[in-house]
Amino acid sequence: MKPPQFDYHAPTSVEQALELLGRYGGDAKVLAGGQSLMPLLNFRLSRPAALVDLNRIPSLAYVREQDGQVRFGAMTRQRTIEFSPVVRERLPLLREATRWVGHLPIRTRGTIGGSIAHADPSAEYPAVLTALEGEVVARSPRGARIVKATDLFQTYLTTSLAPDEILVEVRMPAMPAGAGYAFEEFARRHGDFAIVGIAAVVVKDGARCALARLVAAGAGPVPTRLRAAEEILEHEGLTDAAIEAASRRASEIVSPDADIHASADYRRHLTAVLTKRALRRALGVTRV
Amino acid sequence: MSDLVTVRLRVNGTAREGRCEPRKLLVDFLREDLGLTGTHIGCEHGICGACTIVLNGEAARSCIMLAVQADGSEILTVEGLMEHGKLHPLQEAFREHHGLQCGFCTPGMLLTALDLLKTNPSPTEAEVREGISAVLCRCTGYQGIVNAVQAAARTLAAARADRGA
Repeated sequence: MKPPQFDYHAPTSVEQALELLGRYGGDAKVLAGGQSLMPLLNFRLSRPAALVDLNRIPSLAYVREQDGQVRFGAMTRQRTIEFSPVVRERLPLLREATRWVGHLPIRTRGTIGGSIAHADPSAEYPAVLTALEGEVVARSPRGARIVKATDLFQTYLTTSLAPDEILVEVRMPAMPAGAGYAFEEFARRHGDFAIVGIAAVVVKDGARCALARLVAAGAGPVPTRLRAAEEILEHEGLTDAAIEAASRRASEIVSPDADIHASADYRRHLTAVLTKRALRRALGVTRV
Repeated sequence: MSDLVTVRLRVNGTAREGRCEPRKLLVDFLREDLGLTGTHIGCEHGICGACTIVLNGEAARSCIMLAVQADGSEILTVEGLMEHGKLHPLQEAFREHHGLQCGFCTPGMLLTALDLLKTNPSPTEAEVREGISAVLCRCTGYQGIVNAVQAAARTLAAARADRGA
């Protein structure tokens, strides 16, 4: 199908974009890479009065390191992140997850800010942001505020951003040196939305596990931090038995829904399988 | 009808211009306003990849982008792949290796493969499969396409070596 009618605006600064959003009082949609919003418009599932297109705001596309964080302008394309030397060095988990974001011709347009603001619970970037305890910067006429990942994702396709706010920056703390990491995902076709995806980070301290992060995508209405599973590893170390127990625990604490792609039970099963795979790979152990 | 906007861009090396509604999809603009029907419309929501073009040097879906967003850009469509009356090595390889049957997905396959080989000049079979997973083909079972892309990669590498690059 074709999109419905809308007013189209392509501001060249964030200030102009905010002014336009204010003018439409919640009836305008922000257009970033368009790889999710345009299909919704084509299906007429979304019928905004206006589109405020951020693609002509060059100051929203950058990758830089500051205060131990890697900071991304919201309009940084996923394809840029895939090839970024800073991301390769500081955020290898994000780089690995990027290979699972859509397909090559989707990533050339799709943006990190758009993916996170869209808040699809099966998407990779919200899971990585949650796993790394990242945050976003939102701007409105009232100023800028920082929103932590845990406060950002509310439910399916819903964030705590106000209608007059624009997500302008994504911040992720650089991963600790020597951290093991893996992003595991299962989808019907490579590049389709995950049925379940798992982001894993482990920091070893001798035989101990100094830090474990596990987040599931596609296993609930928001990216799900698997804290109880992390605790098993942090208490018992990274033995085969602990990994087995953590994976089992992970499948018990997620609350997936059934849909056309998979049953809730199958998603729970996948959560255990992929958690185990992700942890083994994060440790450098050959995958089973 | 909303106000018309003017879209000026370069397509296959030629400056082109048209006027359309802001809601007009880039693929419809290419086909209807510029008469370039080589770019196909399949699913119209970014899944099938038939409409893939090269936008400012990168493969992109023209069905989930507005024509007005392409104002000022440089576009390559399948019509621009031939040079000096000769098929592009990718096109040659698709013909040689049975990389197409009905041909509907072929423009999208070719332009996706072009970007893939630009960023990864000698991909493994698995990397080719990952790259072309962006485009759905209902005829070939993909094997011929994979063979064609790998053959084109070898041809392009040999051409680069000949030029001493």
